Amino acid sequence: MAGAGLKDAAAIVGIGQTAFARQLAEDERTLACRAVLAALDDAGIAPGEVDALASYTMEQTDEVELAKAVGFGDLTFFGKVGYGGGGSCATVAHLAAAIASGQATVGVAWRSRKRGSGPRPWTDTAVQLPTPGQWTRPFGLLRPVDEIAMLARRYMHEYGVTRDHLFNVALACRNRANQNPAAVMYERPLTREMYMTSRWISEPLCLYDNCLETDGALACVVVGRERARDCARQPVYVHAAAQGLPAQHHGMVNYWNDDPLTGPAWTAARHLWKHADLTPEDVDVAQIYDAFTALVPLSLEGYGFCARGEGGAFTEQGALEIGGRLPVNTGGGGLSEAYVHGFNLVNEGVKQLRGTSTAQVPGAATCLVTAGEGVPTSALLLRS
Amino acid sequence: MLSPVTDTDGAPFWEYAARGELRVQACADCGELRFPPRPCCPHCQSFASEWRPVSGRGRVWSYVVPHPPLLPGYAEQAPYNVVVVELEEAPRIRLVGNVVAHAGAPLNSFDPARLRIGARVRAVFSGGLPQWVPA
Ligand SMILES: [Zn+2]
Repeated sequence: MAGAGLKDAAAIVGIGQTAFARQLAEDERTLACRAVLAALDDAGIAPGEVDALASYTMEQTDEVELAKAVGFGDLTFFGKVGYGGGGSCATVAHLAAAIASGQATVGVAWRSRKRGSGPRPWTDTAVQLPTPGQWTRPFGLLRPVDEIAMLARRYMHEYGVTRDHLFNVALACRNRANQNPAAVMYERPLTREMYMTSRWISEPLCLYDNCLETDGALACVVVGRERARDCARQPVYVHAAAQGLPAQHHGMVNYWNDDPLTGPAWTAARHLWKHADLTPEDVDVAQIYDAFTALVPLSLEGYGFCARGEGGAFTEQGALEIGGRLPVNTGGGGLSEAYVHGFNLVNEGVKQLRGTSTAQVPGAATCLVTAGEGVPTSALLLRS
Repeated sequence: MLSPVTDTDGAPFWEYAARGELRVQACADCGELRFPPRPCCPHCQSFASEWRPVSGRGRVWSYVVPHPPLLPGYAEQAPYNVVVVELEEAPRIRLVGNVVAHAGAPLNSFDPARLRIGARVRAVFSGGLPQWVPA
């Protein structure tokens, strides 16, 4: 069966990260080196053994620079995945595929970013104006938040999703960040009143519906199943992986297909579950890409945790909190831990399955990790 | 304010808009409308296309109200509305735009509180851009 060859063939055996902050002094390349070395150290693998690399197309640290700086051996596989935060899980998936097919033996995926102190990408009018910018930007649809708010408004209208539902998402992430000393929002609680009275960014989305702007870097190490058994750390297996680019999809302005509310998550999910021994009911904890709160209920629908239109209601009764039906973003997510294009969600998934999360779900053995919804995306189903 | 930076496929849309016409790319073989414009028909793979006039009547599919931080020309008009309009004759063709009080009026000339999903609008033109007014 196509895709079955990947099942548990590779495992994440090391994770690393830098500090997360609004502003870090070091540059992106230095942060990348630190995160990669931390991940290799965690795995107990020497830099010279690395022969595969994967990152995002928006990653500024090139493979050659990283390889030279850190001291990698000969590289036989390297690639970058497009569409911003949609690429996070795919970096690991590409390494797993390369290793499963014998193209490499030790892979490193990473993301380094200075989003907090650097310029915001949407202010670069030169890069974004050609297609599809010509159809959106002159009219003042300028930022990612505006593009997703357009879907959010339609979603709220069609299914009765409310701001309280979006608050449930923001609150769950903030509560987990309040338990995580590494999170930017550690010890900074969020209340419903703060949410409801905060300033608008793009109505219907307010300040707390938006992810943080963070400097930081993360990395993880992927090896084959056999090698993983000999590593210092308990392996976290890549049970299934998928990318998703639906028919007639269009960037982040997914308004130009038949059904814009069934986004890339639906496409990725079909492939993911088809090649897994598990179902959504088997998932103990999930790390759901949360650049904007509205992406979480949409993803809950896409990945099959509830039916179409029920994503808002799913968030009620503390379902996303520890002890709830599906604890999510247990490190605080992009909303409250750090926004590093979703790579912190991958590493948090690993921590949960090692039993070392700061908001540990007791006995967690399976974790879904998703990448940016609204853009061509990717997902990982991890298990211990 | 940002002007459209056109590409080969999109240029005719803007040329018609500059003349006050709303036209949508259609396959010259199977007749299917498509948006945004692109080289080839996703239904029949034909490279032959034509630009079909549409009525300019539509309905608001969704809308947002951006607040700063925004690029300077837009920040000065914020909060303003941005809408996605689905065309009456082809609801799957959806155009991003602004509902304004009248052709040429600023982005913030129509109170966003009066916007509703499903509201009828019609196209007008100003400075080479389509705009939308209540119908
Ligand atoms: Zn055709």
